[in-house]
Amino acid sequence: MTDGVTVRLTVNGAAREGRCEPRKLLVDFLREDLGLTGTHVGCEHGICGACTIMLNGEAARSCIMLAVQADGAEIMTVEGLAQDGQLHPLQEAFREHHGLQCGFCTPGMLMTALDFLRVHPDPTEAEIREGISAVLCRCTGYQGIINAVKAAAPVLRRPR
Amino acid sequence: MKPPRFDYHAPTSVDEALSLLGRYGGDAKLLAGGQSLMPLLNFRLSRPAALIDLNRIPALAYMKEADGQVRFGAMTRQRAVEFSPVVQARLPLLQEATRWVGHLPIRTRGTIGGSIAHADPSAEYPAVLVALEGEVVVRGPGGERTLRPQQLFRTYLTTGLEADEILTEVRLPAMPAGAGYAFEEFARRHGDFAIVGIAAMVVVEGRHCRKARLATAGAGPVPVRLRAAEEILEKDGVGDAAIDAAAQSAGELVEPDSDIHASADYRRHLTRVLTARALRRAVVRAAGRPGAGVPASEASL
Ligand SMILES: Cc1cc2nc3c(=O)[nH]c(=O)nc-3n(C[C@H](O)[C@H](O)[C@H](O)COP(=O)(O)OP(=O)(O)OC[C@H]3O[C@@H](n4cnc5c(N)ncnc54)[C@H](O)[C@@H]3O)c2cc1C
Ligand code: FES
Ligand code: FES
Repeated sequence: MTDGVTVRLTVNGAAREGRCEPRKLLVDFLREDLGLTGTHVGCEHGICGACTIMLNGEAARSCIMLAVQADGAEIMTVEGLAQDGQLHPLQEAFREHHGLQCGFCTPGMLMTALDFLRVHPDPTEAEIREGISAVLCRCTGYQGIINAVKAAAPVLRRPR
Repeated sequence: MKPPRFDYHAPTSVDEALSLLGRYGGDAKLLAGGQSLMPLLNFRLSRPAALIDLNRIPALAYMKEADGQVRFGAMTRQRAVEFSPVVQARLPLLQEATRWVGHLPIRTRGTIGGSIAHADPSAEYPAVLVALEGEVVVRGPGGERTLRPQQLFRTYLTTGLEADEILTEVRLPAMPAGAGYAFEEFARRHGDFAIVGIAAMVVVEGRHCRKARLATAGAGPVPVRLRAAEEILEKDGVGDAAIDAAAQSAGELVEPDSDIHASADYRRHLTRVLTARALRRAVVRAAGRPGAGVPASEASL
């Protein structure tokens, strides 16, 4: 059996490194080895979306990917959204429109919405609902999330 | 839960992957997008001695046109398929079907080869492969062979691949210019596996249907080609009555099982309803549909 592997990657712009077993899930590596606990673990089989991160610029589930597979990759977690103490426009919109839910699935919602708005810069409400259905949770502020994504779209379209 | 322990290998060529497969003699699993395999490992429903990760083999990710076909390296991501201009132009049915495969963050990792090798009868890509009469290329220790869908899909999650073989390429004939198409699906939530899905393509000339292609997802242990329904359209055209007759026949051709998601009867019913819906949408899309491209005097007859 393979014992330890070294994983080197870039997370939220910083070079990071750790050693783990090959069977270690990326989500657990981020949380336990790198101390980035913003990415949450829900179902561990790709359904709920709580563990969604950006992998080389695209949203992906970190619970059905091995940490060793991320060697050399560029990752962004929810901790990477705010810059210089300024909330990301998507975070602002979630706050403004009461899209925060109880909070557990919110990081996954944000990362999903970030990628969704990149490929659908000017979405209809129906498209937003379909896009956000990638995250299972419907607790508390669901309509708020739809409103927040809609409100964030024009802000993200502006060159920043 | 977490995966059991395994040896992990990340070969950089197909030859290397093949020799690793041989070394473990059937006790290794190929890891493609991991979107089906990793959940099985997390729940310890699968306990292979080794994982052979195909993600570091650049030669397995490509799309190219050749001999009237579009050829996809097995490791081409579903998301790349979805946004490909070549797929949009040559295989719009595949593009439409892709939007039903899980969700965007699943398609980021999921691959076309993994979906077909996994052979879930509810999956969209196997139905498209059947409808468009594609084939797959498989490599093993003894060389390469191509498999047609009938040779590939055996039953639930079971293919004609040997344990020491790798699916390397998926080939789909480019759709004829002006072909109408539609992928219709019923799932309980967008992104869930299909309860039933229908892939349809029609080539229409005036009032005639030169070619009809229909295949199901979710209506049996393998995707089903609905040949008798196609023949009704090719004989009687694509008017309302012919479409209804084809849909009726589709419901009779499938032999679905009952499970916790739906009864066999309900799946039959969905097969009829979705076939009719897919055909109507495909016919509207088909260039050369009755009325379009036919002289006005003739079209009004
Ligand atoms: C929440 C969720 C929803 C989903 N919904 C859908 C859906 O609606 N429709 C749908 O079709 N799919 C769905 N999927 C599954 C997804 O499309 C997978 O991508 C697909 O089933 C398997 O492809 P993969 O590349 O991830 O393969 P993997 O999971 O890596 O592999 C699957 C199986 O195929 C074998 N394999 C992989 N590649 C090869 C190869 N080249 N040669 C030989 N064997 C190989 C593996 O060993 C394994 O046994 C969903 C997945 C999730 C997590
Ligand atoms: S924890 Fe990853 S999708 Fe649920
Ligand atoms: S945010 Fe998902 S459970 Fe509350």
